[in-house]
Amino acid sequence: MESAAIIDPPMITPVSLPQQQVTSDSGSADVAPERPHAFAVERLSIFYGEKKAIEDVTLTIPSKMITAIIGPSGCGKSTLLRSLNRMHELVPNTRIEGKVLFAGKDIYAPEVDPVVIRRRIGMVFQKSNPFPTMSIAENVLVGLKLNGVRDRAFLRERLEQSLRMAALWDEVKDDLHKPGISLSGGQQQRLCIARAVAVEPEVLLMDEPASALDPIATAKIEELIHELSSNYTVVIVTHNMQQAGRCSDYTAFLYLGRLIEFASTTKIFTNPSERQTEDYITGRFG
Amino acid sequence: MKNNHLWRKTKSALASAASFVCALLVIAPLALVFLHLLRSGASAVNWSFFTELPKPVGVAGGGMVNAIVGSLELLGLAALVGVPVGVLGGVYLAEYGTVRGNWLLRFVADVLNGVPSIIWGVVVYGLVVLRFKSFSAYAGGLALGFIMIPLIMRTTEEVLLLVPAGYREASLALGISRWKTIVHIVMKTALKGIVTAILLALARVAGETAPLLFTAFGNRFWNHDLSEPIAALPLQIFSYAISPYDDWHRQAWAGALVLVVMIFFVNILVRFLTRERVARVL
Repeated sequence: MESAAIIDPPMITPVSLPQQQVTSDSGSADVAPERPHAFAVERLSIFYGEKKAIEDVTLTIPSKMITAIIGPSGCGKSTLLRSLNRMHELVPNTRIEGKVLFAGKDIYAPEVDPVVIRRRIGMVFQKSNPFPTMSIAENVLVGLKLNGVRDRAFLRERLEQSLRMAALWDEVKDDLHKPGISLSGGQQQRLCIARAVAVEPEVLLMDEPASALDPIATAKIEELIHELSSNYTVVIVTHNMQQAGRCSDYTAFLYLGRLIEFASTTKIFTNPSERQTEDYITGRFG
Repeated sequence: MKNNHLWRKTKSALASAASFVCALLVIAPLALVFLHLLRSGASAVNWSFFTELPKPVGVAGGGMVNAIVGSLELLGLAALVGVPVGVLGGVYLAEYGTVRGNWLLRFVADVLNGVPSIIWGVVVYGLVVLRFKSFSAYAGGLALGFIMIPLIMRTTEEVLLLVPAGYREASLALGISRWKTIVHIVMKTALKGIVTAILLALARVAGETAPLLFTAFGNRFWNHDLSEPIAALPLQIFSYAISPYDDWHRQAWAGALVLVVMIFFVNILVRFLTRERVARVL
């Protein structure tokens, strides 16, 4: 293990706040067109049975940036996030209208296999969920192994690389064979991040990844998200507005299934265009 | 007021005593049966019981080795039928089925669980024994296997549903396909529960006599061909118990004791496994 070539964790480049590039201040998608985007959501509506969870949402999510989705409970922010890698389909009787383009292709086109989509668009959940039957190392590598990767040298290398990316390597390098669930809550969540990055997705979707953690563990996760954004497009759902303010480049504000405003985080938090956004940000409702 | 309080305490004491007596009534038969078996059967449990074939009528001694081995063979055959169908049926119920289809399937499984075991013997008699014109180990294994299917199916379903949805989501979000998620994540997490379901079903059918009467039939000698009749411990106990010979009666008791001890150990094993599972997963 010591002799394995160590791939350095991604360099921490200070993410420049892109407020200068955002010129438009309309209520809907206003990301500067010259910035490459990962997702283009076009007039997306999502139904659970008869209930409409997302209504006519249009926005573009910039590539290799952190986009936060905020809004009060039940506003559809998790649903919107899950629709980006078709995880919301696990609930029976879901239906969508509109399009989600990822790298220019509609992920809901009939010939698209959701399994392939999810391999490219990873997800980290609110509740850390390392597999209880597996060791730390097995947890990290399960996505590769179950997709048929057998090369042991490659797996070993990817194990260390992934754990370093998740800022967990130094804490667990001597305990790789121990059960994943023997770690602390914050470590478990970072293990889940390592597991997600091990399959080299292009995007990481995070559904309130720090909401079950204490402040110190939360700070670590936020720092990690920042580092990850130099390699990945990150979309994070949070109901913690400070968190969105601290660690995102763009923020989408959702209310009752509708996109109220989408702009650079600085703009949303300092000079929102919409009255509802301002009311929510300043804590007048939500 | 004071009297009232006393009366309430008395009522409480009476209720406690009544439930205690009822608990004793539940345990007492097991203890009595076990003690009686020990007293009547222990003397006939000896080395030759486990190593010798039954002796001809009138010759003392002999054993039931063919019935013990026969029972194990029948359980093996039953497992070949009951385990794959039961486990996969449980997987279908827990992971794939629709709400309405599952309701029907569960209902059918629960009705089948209540079907008297002799009915299974008759069914297999009609399906297999009449067609091949011979009692056989296959027929006996099939009858026991049929009994195992709904038992394993329902328990497997329950333990799979205990696996938190978060693990399925985590696996699917890694781009792992549905069936690999089920096999490598969900079933692996619930493995001890599934093994428990299988063991309990085996313990249940190990003592079944009625379904074997028309199928395995019994055999006083070694079975060399599974398409021939085969001995089984419960059948041997039955035929020895209704015989007029004291020596055979003693051996029937011994057989019953061996059977009960075997099932007892399976249950201990199940207890052990389930305790582990609860501690680890839930």
